[in-house]
Amino acid sequence: MSADIKVDKVMDLKGMPCPMPVVKVSKGIKEVEVGQVIEAHTTDPGALADFPAWARTSGNEILKTDQDGDVIKFYIKRKV
Amino acid sequence: MKEKEGKELTKQGAGPENRLVLICFSGDLDKALAAFVIATGAAAMGMDVVMFFTFWGTPLLRDKKKKVGGKDLMGKMFGAMLPKGVSKVKLSKMNMGGMGTVMMKSLMKKKNVASLEDMLELAGEMEVRIFICEMSMDLMGFKREEMIEYPNLTFCGVAKMLEEAQNSKVQFFI
Repeated sequence: MSADIKVDKVMDLKGMPCPMPVVKVSKGIKEVEVGQVIEAHTTDPGALADFPAWARTSGNEILKTDQDGDVIKFYIKRKV
Repeated sequence: MKEKEGKELTKQGAGPENRLVLICFSGDLDKALAAFVIATGAAAMGMDVVMFFTFWGTPLLRDKKKKVGGKDLMGKMFGAMLPKGVSKVKLSKMNMGGMGTVMMKSLMKKKNVASLEDMLELAGEMEVRIFICEMSMDLMGFKREEMIEYPNLTFCGVAKMLEEAQNSKVQFFI
């Protein structure tokens, strides 16, 4: 977990291929309030391009992206 | 309450500029998988999605558990020769008498790729709308009673699909 970001919900999406990480995160973001943050863990390398595209299209914000070996961590703020 | 908010989020901005119309012409496993991945991905991005199943795509929406009688000879023949639902479709390439399809399905399972059955259910949850071409059904002798139960199902013709396509920014023919 990142020290400077307060996370409200953690989603484990490891092992899921396209399109499930984006599908799951689009559902998960609705389970937090606007302004709250989701931390999503994925092993899908395509997510590096897909998550920012999803965020731009859906109007949410990726605060930070961390890579830890095969695991990519996204910190996503619900904006709408 | 949460659910309602969620719906608003999904459909937010879903006007002509944010609608996808997929024409699902093919009855092959690989092409249907591509169609469902695109449809569910688009729904996840907040797009309003319509899948129009026509010609060889139509049998994908048959319910494998349903049986209907009263078909003529051609209807019975088509009924027997065409796949009964998404679980029965084959690969467009490397089918090898069914062996290729079995191998692909086991590979998909191993790699956690969702099956067509799962994708169809997911599409329903994500409010993807499905249109079935009446003309194709009539041609192949399918009856409404033998098609799947799906939350957003419309039996229609080309005009209904074109109306949606005219009001969409993205259209794919698969």
